[in-house]
Amino acid sequence: MKRVKLQYFALLRDQRGAAEETIATDAQTAGELYQRLQAQHGFTLGPAHVRAALNGEFAPWDAPLREGDTVVFLPPVAGG
Amino acid sequence: MFRLTKEPLDPAALRQALLDPRAGACATFEGCVRDQNEGKKVLSLEYEAYGDLAQREGESILAEAREKFAILTVACVHRTGHLQLGESAVWVGAAAAHRDAAFAACRYVIDECKARAPIWKREHYAGGASAWLNGAVRGEHAAPAKEG
Repeated sequence: MKRVKLQYFALLRDQRGAAEETIATDAQTAGELYQRLQAQHGFTLGPAHVRAALNGEFAPWDAPLREGDTVVFLPPVAGG
Repeated sequence: MFRLTKEPLDPAALRQALLDPRAGACATFEGCVRDQNEGKKVLSLEYEAYGDLAQREGESILAEAREKFAILTVACVHRTGHLQLGESAVWVGAAAAHRDAAFAACRYVIDECKARAPIWKREHYAGGASAWLNGAVRGEHAAPAKEG
């Protein structure tokens, strides 16, 4: 198990009901973690509509998770 | 210069960032809060950003614009927080020797920001309902050619 810090924005923040949390997980990759969170919290956005960021940088779904990582799952952006 | 701010945008002040004696053209763009979207009456817009990554992505977009177009300066400032109708949500400005590059750079930056920067908006409707908008569409910005 490793501990990771999650930050949530926009739709995912609303659906999680929190802006951030620290969790223990044995998910190996960002993608695996999103699948679990989606199932656990009922996130309506599938992985095709979400991007991952690790420690402030965009990251692919197969990026490995490490102890102490900050993980953000980004809903489709809509600035401007 | 890319910046996120909670304060109202001041185009006259921002324009100062573009002053350059070599500039023969200055193009600016402002995106503002509109009173309807897809048939719904909108009362206000709420913007939220993932600050660290938005800053980094915004700076990358400006660097790309400097690379692609023959410009002297380019800048972008994006609001966060709760904005009322008519308020400016984003300001982009580019200065160049000639107008083609200034227009093209301005267009490139706003299109890429909308498509890539981790910024979200929630529309508030009459009656108290609200919804996060999903799925920005990248605009058909001008061909990324550097004028010779």
